[in-house]
Amino acid sequence: MVEPQNTSAAAVKSTSQGFVYLPLIVGWLVPGAGHFLLRKWGRGALLACSILGMFVLGLAMQGKVYAHSGDILDMLGLVGDLGTGLLYFVSRVLGLGADAVQVTTADYGTRFIVVAGLLNVIAAVDAHNLRTGRKPL
Amino acid sequence: MFKPSHFAAVLLFALFASTVFGITMRETPKRMVRYGAYCFVLFAGSAIVLSWLMYFIAR
Repeated sequence: MVEPQNTSAAAVKSTSQGFVYLPLIVGWLVPGAGHFLLRKWGRGALLACSILGMFVLGLAMQGKVYAHSGDILDMLGLVGDLGTGLLYFVSRVLGLGADAVQVTTADYGTRFIVVAGLLNVIAAVDAHNLRTGRKPL
Repeated sequence: MFKPSHFAAVLLFALFASTVFGITMRETPKRMVRYGAYCFVLFAGSAIVLSWLMYFIAR
């Protein structure tokens, strides 16, 4: 039988090897994947459900997916959208989301998509903190 | 097309945001749940309070 101290020591040892920024990058590209990489299955699943759910509901509300433009507010929206990582690029390639907001719920949808990106950045940084030991595993 | 009411949109937003906040801002599962619930109540509660304030200001 493995003692709890040995288990935590093994976890710390396994996380102190390899590329430190991998959970950060993977977590940004795929919501929750940074935590999956650190074997935090429950947390990763909840984060993935929350961020994916928010993004999908935003698209379902005909929210706008920002593209590059000269407008400063659009650029801020683009920065937020880019936080969703691969979801943003896939949605752009598939042409998902509205080009312009036409109904009230679409405005909500646009905010949902931007906030999903910002929450994903927070989740990816959390995975990085777990990896570096700044936050206990 | 998904068309939630204003309040349903607030509740969905609060649910997703407070889940992420709870997991990322606290260290133990018990404290995560408590902080997530706290954030959810603050999100939904502040929306209700501000809505009533705007209702009385508009009258």
